[in-house]
Parts: sequence; structure tokens; C-alpha cells
Amino acid sequence: MDLFTLVSLILIIAMLIAAVVAAEIKDLLSAAIAMGIVSLIVSILFYILQAPDVAITEASIGAGLSLAIMIFAIKHTERWEK
Amino acid sequence: MKRILGGVIAVLIFIVLALAFVHIPFGNIDLAEYHYYNPVDNEHTQDSVPQHYLDEGKKETGSTNIVTAVVVDYRGFDTLGEVTVLFLASTGVGSIMYIFEKEKRRKVRRANAVVETASKLLFGFIILFGAYIFVHGHLTPGGGFPGGAVIASSFLLLYLAYPRFHAEHKNLNIAESLAGLTFVGVGILGLFLAGYFLYNFLPFGLPTYLFSAGVIPVIYVAVGVKVGSELTGIVDAMMGVRE
Repeated sequence: MDLFTLVSLILIIAMLIAAVVAAEIKDLLSAAIAMGIVSLIVSILFYILQAPDVAITEASIGAGLSLAIMIFAIKHTERWEK
Repeated sequence: MKRILGGVIAVLIFIVLALAFVHIPFGNIDLAEYHYYNPVDNEHTQDSVPQHYLDEGKKETGSTNIVTAVVVDYRGFDTLGEVTVLFLASTGVGSIMYIFEKEKRRKVRRANAVVETASKLLFGFIILFGAYIFVHGHLTPGGGFPGGAVIASSFLLLYLAYPRFHAEHKNLNIAESLAGLTFVGVGILGLFLAGYFLYNFLPFGLPTYLFSAGVIPVIYVAVGVKVGSELTGIVDAMMGVRE
């Protein structure tokens, strides 16, 4: 197994774990941060797959702006899922 | 009953998708045997549209970055539509959040000194990076949309660090309108000078230089400013404190 496959495999497994955490956890703030981690890993994968422009967009919108908007929404509603 | 209906609809959608995918060729096919249909000349040719972009894109648009050549030159009208969609989304968020703002005032708490100092130092560099991305859109990876998003994230940093900070709405509106007018104006100039909308009427210059590729840098700077001011407007509607 070469380095490219190994790194991609580790990143994909971490992304899947973060996605499952985002769907299952009761604390909505942690779920939003897990979503941010998914976006961050996706942007690293885009960079590895030689799409740097998509990687920049995904990092700034997915991990930056949408995470901030989600945290804003949680702040104005409730933090714990019933 | 609902579940059965849902299942039937899901199976129907699957069948339609499968029928559509049957006709798309995947994998390595022998190009000498396969012929693409060209609707303009009404004949079957061997070079596909993507292959044409890759082979002739640099010559026809002057842009080194083929993605930019497709987004701004070949598919420029689609980009105008995308920017309009983003403008409508920004307008909708602004109007909805304005209604909520009247009912409830936000409690304001200062961020700590590390965040305040770091954001003061980093703000200018992040804006510079965003401007670099969209000014060099025709040369290096990136373009108007990533550049605008980076600029909006630098404003987000200021909103997080200084709870009382808010961008001037008048300046945002002016920047946004001017950028939109530039985009449409360049398109209409192309219509008058050469016969169709968004024609690349400026000289191409030497490839890989900053002033090359005709109107592509002009349009991408306009798109970058427009996207940046719209996303900043969304962030401002969400986080800004109005006195």
C-alpha cells in the first residue's frame, strides 16, 4: 500500500467517524463542530485529489461560514437535543 | 400507506436514474470507434466537448486555468445566474433576520485579548489572500467564488472578536451593486462590439501574465467583490448588533 492510499484511507475513516458522531450525539454544539471537521477533512481530500480551488471554497464556506451560522442558530435555540 | 407510496416513488426514481445512466459511457472506450454527436454541424465527430476545452481552451480564451476558461468564458451566462441566486439568498436572509432583530436584543460579551489582537493582525492578510485568489483567477487555481468566501470569512473573524463591530451597509450595497453592474456591463459591451453577450472583446495578451485573457480578470474581480459583499451581508444579518 503506497502513501497516497494510506493517507486517504486514514482521512476517510476519520471523516466517517466524524459524520456518525454529528448524526448521533445529543449535544448539538458538538454535532456542529463534528460537521466542521467533516468539511475540513473533505477539503484536505479535495487538495489531495488535485482540486485546490474546490478545497479553498470548501474550507472557507464549509468549515468557516456555515459552522459559524450553525453555532449562531444553536445559541438562539437550545443546545441539547431532547 | 405513506410508506408504500414512498417506496413506489423511490423505486420509480431508481428506474429513471438507471435508464438515464445506461446511456452514459463510463471507463476506457476506444475513441477511434466512438463518435460524439455535434448538434451545430449536425454530424458525428471524434472530439468531445471536454476534449475541445482541454485542447483549444488556452488558445480561444487566453486563460491558463482551464476551469476559469469554462466558468467565465464558455459558461459565462451560467455564472451570471449563479451570482444572481446568491444575491437572492442574501436578500432573503437579510429580510428574515431584520424581522427577528426588532424583537430581541442580543447580549454582548467581549472576546478575550488573544482573539482581539490576533484578529486585528490577521484581518488584513486574509483580505489580501482573498483578493489574490480572485485577481489571479485566470492564472492559478481559484477565482471569484473562493476569493469572495475568504473575504467574508475575514469579516466573520472581526464579528467574532468584536461583538459591537458591524459593517457599513451602505458601503456593502455600493460594492455589491457596482460589481453586478460591471458584470452585466461587460456582457452588454460584448453584445454591442462583437455580436453576442459576454464576448471576450479585449486583447488576450501573453498567457501566464497578469494582464491577459481579455475580459476574464475583469469579470472575476467583479464576481469576487460581489460574492464577498453578499456573504458579508449574510454574516452581518446573523451576527451584527444594531443599536
